[in-house]
Amino acid sequence: MSGLGRLLVPLGFGFAFLYLPILLMAVFSFNESRLVTSLTGVSTRWYVALWRNEALMEALFLSLRIAAVSATMATILGTLAGFALARFGRFRGRGAFAGMMAAPLVMPEVITGLSLLLLFVALEQAFGFPAGRGATTVAIAHATFGAAYVAVVVQARLRDLDLSLEEAAMDLGARPWRVFLLITLPLAAPGIAAGWLLAFTLSLDDLVIASFVSGPGASTLPMVVFSAVRLGLTPELYALATLTVLAVAATLLLALRLGFRPPRA
Amino acid sequence: MTPRLRRALVLALPAAWMLLFFAAPFAIVLSIGFAEPAEGIPPYAPLLRRGEDGALQLQLNMANLQLLLEDPFYAEAALRSLRVAAVSATLCLLVGYPMALAIARAPEGWRNTLLMLVVLPFWTSFLLRVTAWIGLLQDQGWINGALLALGLIEDPLRLLYTDLAMYLGITYCYLPFMVLPLYASLSRLDPALLEAAADLGARPWRGFLAVTLPLSLPGVVAGYLLVFIPAVGEFVIPELLGGPGAQLIGRVLWTEFFQNRDWPLASALAVVLLLLLVLPIALFQSRATRDAER
Repeated sequence: MSGLGRLLVPLGFGFAFLYLPILLMAVFSFNESRLVTSLTGVSTRWYVALWRNEALMEALFLSLRIAAVSATMATILGTLAGFALARFGRFRGRGAFAGMMAAPLVMPEVITGLSLLLLFVALEQAFGFPAGRGATTVAIAHATFGAAYVAVVVQARLRDLDLSLEEAAMDLGARPWRVFLLITLPLAAPGIAAGWLLAFTLSLDDLVIASFVSGPGASTLPMVVFSAVRLGLTPELYALATLTVLAVAATLLLALRLGFRPPRA
Repeated sequence: MTPRLRRALVLALPAAWMLLFFAAPFAIVLSIGFAEPAEGIPPYAPLLRRGEDGALQLQLNMANLQLLLEDPFYAEAALRSLRVAAVSATLCLLVGYPMALAIARAPEGWRNTLLMLVVLPFWTSFLLRVTAWIGLLQDQGWINGALLALGLIEDPLRLLYTDLAMYLGITYCYLPFMVLPLYASLSRLDPALLEAAADLGARPWRGFLAVTLPLSLPGVVAGYLLVFIPAVGEFVIPELLGGPGAQLIGRVLWTEFFQNRDWPLASALAVVLLLLLVLPIALFQSRATRDAER
């Protein structure tokens, strides 16, 4: 506990830095005036306007659909990869496999986006699939980097787990796939759920990769928000931000109650 | 089923997926970097073409590479990107280290909540958090409004579309990536070591320099890489907060691709960006793999 006192100032500064901008947005989302700078009165009109903004709502539902599909694919891929990395010990190609699973975590988005787009174009030329670009190609792209995050979370969870339960089941004659389904999977469930949520959030949030691999008629929420921001700020955007923060905070609180620990990097 | 076969089956799906959708695309980017721009969709000419005699010919176009090497605009963009990423990662470290240390030394029951508070903004929309900074920094923004109201300035300061705004934005958005690995290595530190240093007469700052800092170096490196590598290719923040002069390589690539529709040049730029990052990424990967062995 030593020396915490002196550290409270930078800690407070850090949290103020993180939360003041969000707090200001929340306050101004209830502002009556169209001006995003001076407070004139309390109103919920921007939330109504947001609800009636069809382009934004349509993009939101598209993004939610893509996020749900890609997070599920990412969870399947990432859980298998995390399991292999945590439980297989050394195997041939392990270094290459681990490196390939870790690289998307830091790869600049412009590289991932451009390279995937070129792959989709080449595949379409060669095999006719994917025909054109849109929700499907965005979901594939998001599943790819989502899988990397899920693998990290699942691997960390499995590493913290005691091996003895799995060994006991094995000693009692359970076949490996039964051990996996009945012991490993349930024990890893909090990690898997956290991984799914992480992949879902990252998909919902991605602008750059989606811009590269999406096609006409499939504008995700960040793409619509990005073009709106370039035209200028509106209190509607603040309302959207406030609702996002509330939704995320509620989900995290629920997750804490259910006994998740924050994922460790 | 032999254990070997079973393992191969588990590995097959993720390995095949990542090879197809993550590794293979790099080979394509590399090859398109040598293609010629052309009218049509996709806007580049194939590398393998039938010559007039009907034989397949490999046509490598060096013009993109040459342009990148000869036009100082691109070299400056690359250098600027590295500098901006290094400064931003350092700023994150300066803000994040004391935060991580405070959380690691907070009472046990508080730590999870404090960590959650650090992570929460990361789970909300990145774009909307950048938007908040536009609201703070613009000429009629909240900061200028407050300063004007206090009578500290007479004319609004130019804050948005400057390097300062860009650094603030990158530091703000990437801070959790710095705090998490720092916390992970600081929380593993045995407090007995610091007590021993104190018993031996070391003042708190000496204890920090001699014990805490060296033992947290793995976390420092991990956090620095997690911020530095993506920041080199960052597009959104320089575009929305930075000035017109903030031509970072990610932004240049975006412009070549979306505005000039020059896919081959954009690909060549992606190759350059990747070359700049080969070493840091390899370092990151080897650390990630080694961590997994523990």
